[in-house]
Amino acid sequence: MAKIETIDANLYYGDFHALKNISMKMELNTVTALIGPSGCGKSTYLRLFNRMNDLIDNVRITGQILVDDEDIYSKNINVDELRIKVGMVFQKPNPFPKSIFENVAYGLRVNGEKNKSFIEDTVVHSIKQAALWDEVSDKLNKSAFELSGGQQQRLCIARALAISPSVILMDEPASALDPLSTAKIEELIHELKKEYTIVIVTHNMQQASRVSDYTAFFYLGELVEYGQTVEIFTKPKLKHTENYITGRFG
Amino acid sequence: MTKPFHKKLLEKIVEGILALSGSITSLAVLLIVIFLFKEGLGLFKRSPVAEGYVLAVNKNNPVNRIDSKVVKRIFDQEITNWKSITGKNDTIITFRLDNLNSYYSDEKIGANLENLSVCISSLVDSISGIIAFVPQKNITNDFKGKLVKPENVSAGEFFLGKEWYPTAEPSAQFGVLPLLLGTLWVSLGAILLSLPLGLAVAIYMAEVANPRIRNIFKPIIELLAGIPSVIYGFFGLVVIVPLIQSIFNLPVGETALAGSIILAIMALPTIITIAEDSIRTTPRSMKEASLALGASRWQTIYRIVIPYSISGITAAAILGIGRAVGETMAVLMVTGNAAVIPHSFLQPVRTIPATIAAELGESSQGGPHYQALFILGCILFILTLIINLTVEYISSRNKLAKR
Repeated sequence: MAKIETIDANLYYGDFHALKNISMKMELNTVTALIGPSGCGKSTYLRLFNRMNDLIDNVRITGQILVDDEDIYSKNINVDELRIKVGMVFQKPNPFPKSIFENVAYGLRVNGEKNKSFIEDTVVHSIKQAALWDEVSDKLNKSAFELSGGQQQRLCIARALAISPSVILMDEPASALDPLSTAKIEELIHELKKEYTIVIVTHNMQQASRVSDYTAFFYLGELVEYGQTVEIFTKPKLKHTENYITGRFG
Repeated sequence: MTKPFHKKLLEKIVEGILALSGSITSLAVLLIVIFLFKEGLGLFKRSPVAEGYVLAVNKNNPVNRIDSKVVKRIFDQEITNWKSITGKNDTIITFRLDNLNSYYSDEKIGANLENLSVCISSLVDSISGIIAFVPQKNITNDFKGKLVKPENVSAGEFFLGKEWYPTAEPSAQFGVLPLLLGTLWVSLGAILLSLPLGLAVAIYMAEVANPRIRNIFKPIIELLAGIPSVIYGFFGLVVIVPLIQSIFNLPVGETALAGSIILAIMALPTIITIAEDSIRTTPRSMKEASLALGASRWQTIYRIVIPYSISGITAAAILGIGRAVGETMAVLMVTGNAAVIPHSFLQPVRTIPATIAAELGESSQGGPHYQALFILGCILFILTLIINLTVEYISSRNKLAKR
C-alpha cells in the first residue's frame, strides 16, 4: 500500500500551469528525493501534501492527492489534522521567538495537549530523536535564537516530530547549513526513515543519492523520471535526466 | 581624472546648503524649547496678586505674609477669622473697591475719586480686622495701614494645587493638577477605546482581509488621519455630545467621555497603521511553521504573530496616547472645559492643550497667567517627550531581540 499517492495532479498559479499531470506513489517508511532545477515545481509539489499551497491566493488544484488512501483535498478533510499527520521542515531554520522547550512543545499546545508530564516527555524524546539533546539539554529555557543554524534546523525537525506525524516533508532542509550540519541532518534522515515516510526536496545531487531510496526528477512542472535512486543515478532511462544529474545543465 | 572645478564647487555648495538647513532646523527646535521654558519659569518669581494691586491690613495686625491660596479663601469667605491663619482673634472683613460705597458716600470720595487714597487709608486704619484689595497707586506715603505680601507662586503649589482660577482676584490660583489629570484621564479613556478596536482592525487588515478589501480599507483609514481636528470637534459636538447626554441622562453631554471618543477616533489611524506594519513584519516562514504544526489561523495569530509584533503594537499604542495627549481643538470643543479633578468619565474636564488654546488670547502678555500657560506648555512638551523616548526605547529593544 502506498503511503502517499498522487493521481493526475495539476496546479495553477493564476494562469501559470505549475504542475502538469503528476502521478506517482510513495511507499511507507521510504525516503523520496525530489530533484530538478529551480522553478521546476518540486517545492510546489511537496507543499501539496500538507496543503501549504492553500495559503497562496489564486491557486487552483485538480486531480487527487491521497495520504493513507484518503483524498486530502476532499471537503470533509480537516486541514489542521492533516498537518499533524504530515509534518514539515522548511528551507531556512525558522524557530519561533520562544525558548527551545516551548518551540518543541508548540505543536502539542496548539493541538490542545494539557498534560504537563506528557508534554515534557514528548519534548525530550523529540529533541533526542532529532539528535540535538546533548547540545541543548542544559539550556532548554534559553531562546531558540541562541542556537547555531544547524542546531536550529534540528530543533525545527524536533518540533515537527513532537506531534508524531507519519509523514515528514523536507524542503531543502540543509541548503542553508554548513557541511558538518548537513551531514548531521542526513544522518538524522537515515534514522527517521525507520519510523516515518520522508519526502525531501534538494538541489544537491550527492545528498539525494546519499539519503533517498527513490528519486523523482522534475522539469518545468512535469515529472520526467521517477524510480529507485540507484537506478536514476547509475542508469537513468532518459538522456534528459542523465544530463541534469551529471551537471550538464540546470 | 579629477572632476572639473565648477562641478566640485557645485557639490560643495549643495553640501553646505544641506548642512545649513539641518542645523537651522535643530536650532529652531532648540530655541522653541528654550523660549517655552524661559517664559514659563518666570512664574515662580511672581506674586499671584493681580498686577498694580496690593493687599493691605490694619497696622496692628501681626500677619505679614499670606499664602495665595489663603487669600482666595479669605475673599471667598471660607476663612472668616484671623486666628485661623496665625493672627489675632478677630473677624476678617474683606474690602474691594466695589464695596467703597457702603463705607463712604460719593461726595466724600469725590466726583473724580480724588479723595480715594485718603478714604482707603482711614478705612484700613479704623477697622482692625480688615483686609483690603486696592490699587497700588492709591497707597500714598502717609498710608496708615500695613501692606501684606502674598507668597510667590511656588512650584509645589503649582504642580499639586487643585484649583485653576488664573484670573481670580485678588489672588489667582494656578493649580495645574486638574488640568494634568484631565489630560491623562481623557487620554486614558481614548486609548481604552481605540486600542482594542485599532488592534482588531490592524490584525484584520494584515492577516485576514483579502487584498481587495484591504485596498479599500487602507486609504479610508489613512483619510481619517487627514481630517482637520476642528471637523472632528464639530462631529463630536453635533453627534456624540447629544448622544451621551441622552443615553446617560446628563444635564450636559460635554464630558470626558465625549473627548475620549473623539480622541479615540483620531488616534485610530496612527494605531492601525503602525500596528499593521508591525504585524506584517512577522516572517511568512514563522507563520507557515505554525500552520504546518497543525495550528489554526487564529492560534497562529495570537500565539505567533501578536507576540512577534508586540513591541510594534506597544509603540502604536503609545504613539496613539501621544496623539491624544497633544490634541487641542477637538477636545476643547467637546469636553466642557471645567477645571476640576475628574472622578468619572461623565464629568466635564479641561485638558492642558485646550486650556492653553482657550486662555492664551485673554491673558496679558508677560503676566502671571501668561507665564502659567507657558509652564503648561512645558508640561505638555515633557509628557510628549517621555512618550517619544518610550517608543524609541521599545523599538530599539525590539531590534536587538530580533538580531
